[in-house]
Amino acid sequence: MAEADTAKATRFETVIGLECHVELSTATKMFCGCLNAFGAPPNTNVCPVCLGHPGTLPVPNEKAIEYTIKIGLALGCRIAPHSIFHRKNYFYPDMPKNFQISQYDLPLCVGGHLDIEVDGETHRVGITRVHLEEDTGKTVHGGATGRIGGAEYALEDYNRAGVPLVEVVSEPDMRSAEQARAYLTELRATLESLGVSDVRMEEGSLRCDANVSLRRPGSEELGTKIEIKNLNSIRSLYRALNFEEERQQVALERGEPLIQETRHWDEGKGITTHGRSKEYAFDYRYFPEPDLAPLEPDPQWIETLRAELPELPAARRRRFQDELGLSAHQAGLVASSAEWARFFEATVSAGADPRAAANWMTGDLAALLRETHQSLTAAKVTPEHLAELVKLLDEQVISSAGAKVALAEAFATGASVDAVVEAKGLRQVGDSEALGGMIEQVIEENPAPVEQFRKGKEGVLGFLVGQVMKKSGGAANPKVAAELLRERLSGSG
Amino acid sequence: MTAELCDLTAHDLSAKLAAGDVRAIDVLESTLRRIDQVDERLHTFLTRTEGQARTQAGLVDERVARREEVGPVAGIPLALKDVFCTKGIRTTAGSKILEPYVPPYDCTPWERLQAGGAVLVGKTNCDEFAMGSSNENSAFGPVRNPWNLETVPGGSSGGSAAAVASGQAVWALGTDTGGSVRQPASLCGVVGFKPTYGRISRYGLIAFASSLDHVGTFTRDVRDAATILSAIAGHDPRDATSLPEPAPHYGAGLDAGVQGLRVGVMEDWLGTEGVQPAVRDSVRAAVDRLVGLGATAETASLPHADYALSAYYLIAPAECSSNLARYDGVRYGYRAPGGGDVMEMNMRTRGAGFGDEVKRRIMLGTYSLSAGYYDAYYGQAQKVRTLVIRDYEEAFRRFDVLVSPTSPTTAFRLGEKTEDPLAMYLSDIFTIPSDLTGTPAVSIPCGLSPDGLPIGFQIMGRLMDEATVLRVAFALEQDLRFAARPPLLEALSA
Ligand SMILES: [Zn+2]
Repeated sequence: MAEADTAKATRFETVIGLECHVELSTATKMFCGCLNAFGAPPNTNVCPVCLGHPGTLPVPNEKAIEYTIKIGLALGCRIAPHSIFHRKNYFYPDMPKNFQISQYDLPLCVGGHLDIEVDGETHRVGITRVHLEEDTGKTVHGGATGRIGGAEYALEDYNRAGVPLVEVVSEPDMRSAEQARAYLTELRATLESLGVSDVRMEEGSLRCDANVSLRRPGSEELGTKIEIKNLNSIRSLYRALNFEEERQQVALERGEPLIQETRHWDEGKGITTHGRSKEYAFDYRYFPEPDLAPLEPDPQWIETLRAELPELPAARRRRFQDELGLSAHQAGLVASSAEWARFFEATVSAGADPRAAANWMTGDLAALLRETHQSLTAAKVTPEHLAELVKLLDEQVISSAGAKVALAEAFATGASVDAVVEAKGLRQVGDSEALGGMIEQVIEENPAPVEQFRKGKEGVLGFLVGQVMKKSGGAANPKVAAELLRERLSGSG
Repeated sequence: MTAELCDLTAHDLSAKLAAGDVRAIDVLESTLRRIDQVDERLHTFLTRTEGQARTQAGLVDERVARREEVGPVAGIPLALKDVFCTKGIRTTAGSKILEPYVPPYDCTPWERLQAGGAVLVGKTNCDEFAMGSSNENSAFGPVRNPWNLETVPGGSSGGSAAAVASGQAVWALGTDTGGSVRQPASLCGVVGFKPTYGRISRYGLIAFASSLDHVGTFTRDVRDAATILSAIAGHDPRDATSLPEPAPHYGAGLDAGVQGLRVGVMEDWLGTEGVQPAVRDSVRAAVDRLVGLGATAETASLPHADYALSAYYLIAPAECSSNLARYDGVRYGYRAPGGGDVMEMNMRTRGAGFGDEVKRRIMLGTYSLSAGYYDAYYGQAQKVRTLVIRDYEEAFRRFDVLVSPTSPTTAFRLGEKTEDPLAMYLSDIFTIPSDLTGTPAVSIPCGLSPDGLPIGFQIMGRLMDEATVLRVAFALEQDLRFAARPPLLEALSA
């Protein structure tokens, strides 16, 4: 493995470009009035238009055009003053018209970029184009195997047919799986901030294909391009790229030629498998969609949309560092998702110390979310909860152990932190009178450690404080307990 | 014979209905009687809707009885070419592949007419997917021309033209992609009008070639053309290519005359080999009548129009190859039995479901859009189209209208051109340019050939200027007083 890594580093350079498909979260579909909703019973969000009935015509969804322009602006693209829809012709039963309305040589947005950070370094990834099209339906192959080959029948669900879909095509500017992962993460965060998509990879509202090739360092020419499909998560992308990098490198080292092909990522087996070779590439017979007028967005409208752009993740990260004092790492964690950033900012404006809030969010709160498979928005815990927690901790009303308990309880029940602290008796005991009795008991029960401390072994104090904490059920203020112990043991004794 | 109710114009009938002189149901029964008398010989209808028609006529009569005001299309028997989707009524486009298809929705023109109280008597036969000039490409057998049963009615809207010519409907809608309203109107001796592209919504019109498809009308006179156009024209939010402008009321100003109007005569076209002498003479005579009415006439030319036919036969098949891809047996319509997988089922369905001419055009279009050929064929054809559009703009700087024969010949015999697609295509040589340019044009009858077949006179106008086209047509119609009727009808009452 170490050998392979060296070879990779010195003998080949990986070149990666990503094509991402984004389902827009408009209320209705791209060219008809049907609801754009995930998870409805099959063929319930359909009408003559999106079923491709004879005589029906497409009418563009203005909101979808707006969202696409916003994406283009956020990615620094030029918004084309004149772009058109094309028909992409091929036969597939999940496509009701047997052509897809898409964009071809005149896309809506061209020439932008997305900056990503990997290992503290910023890389600029070029965006070739952002265009608008319609999604297809879904085919379910039925019968013995459930696979296409050997299926006894196929069922079509056209709920998704005609859902507005944006394609974001990057330049082949990424050089590692880490960079590709950072790009997809940053793109998802950007789309999320814009509020234009649910960006749920597991539901298919964000899908990604990767083009990957290897070449000798310094070479300007690209190697044989392999397209990887079926990447359903950022993790899949990362794993698939690592696998493919390795596979191609081994082949090249052995002098085996690579063929230009499409490969499928098999998540279970952790490998890519051969899909379709280039010679089977479709001739899509693109031509301008005659049922639609060219898209010529009013420049005034574009400027309005530009002015309305929300803060994007990169700017947010910078602000969290500069204005709120977060570390680059903390800012990266908290600011990269609009959902997290909103929660964080609400916590801060409810009075919490920013760094403490960020630590709790990325530590205990993140762990609780992971354990319960919840999103932050869906969780019962609120920014007010967290702010209260940070405040009580800061004022030493509760211990950090108590705070953990309080957060878990608030997370589970939605009860206020105050109430949890009272109910669970988490309030720290800090007055010497109340602690005095416990301290006496601890000294009595632990003669050996007491003796060691008295002989100058400072480290034992922690153990003794721990014993006091235990006795108090976590309610003792450890600082006060330590002071009292020290006072009591260094005194007359 | 004395004219029956079904032989009158819509505006005559509308006046009688409003005055209480006749009832809508009487007009309908007269029309249904006529259908019973002649449809077997003409094969005009693919689907008859008399049950629904009686209900619609009854509703109009009730409204009249309540002294409610009814509009100009109320109670008037109407036929629709079978490419207009009608909710709950089978719509086949003249194709086996849609033989069982019952649309779940109404096209916009029918929706508007229905709201106005129109009475639909049936869906008319046509060339399969509106591809043809003789109606011989219908999967359900050809329509015959009421003027001579051995001849074709023209196409592709042959059924609608024949229906209006034979009293089986007072008016009808058709579609004009390369002349499919005007040419059959010419061959059947009725008025066929095609307005500006986008003036009438295409929503619910089964597409042949989207950028060329126009809805058009068949009527007994020009006033009726203006009336039905006013009823169906105007913006439709469901058609993104529909004109945003509200449609004017086309009946106003019809009788303003042609004094001082500049008429451009398409002398090149008149001189084309293949134009029958009777057609040439009749069209020239009509031009003289216009001059007699105060218009001026000079030679006009459209230098690139010669290439229009070639451009049309690249653009139309290209669009059709894509538009007709949806007929695959998956969601509706005909599905061929057997087939091991979806692709095989698609191929069997399309192989058995489409006729020869449709397949020919799908193949032509698929080829011309293919990688490596696009620029030479489709791209080039679009450039030619632009040149023809400029020619028209140029010509309309000098002239208010351009005139020509509608078709080089009168109705030809069944089978005469079926073996020679190119000869058939030439039948639309004078009508195609208006479709390529999207400009309004009308065909009105201007005389009979020595063998008793009608001749059509074409008047072409500038973009959006339906009013002038209709005004010239009206003036000429009033002057010509073309009153001949198909011998078939004369024989009925004898
Ligand atoms: Zn729909």
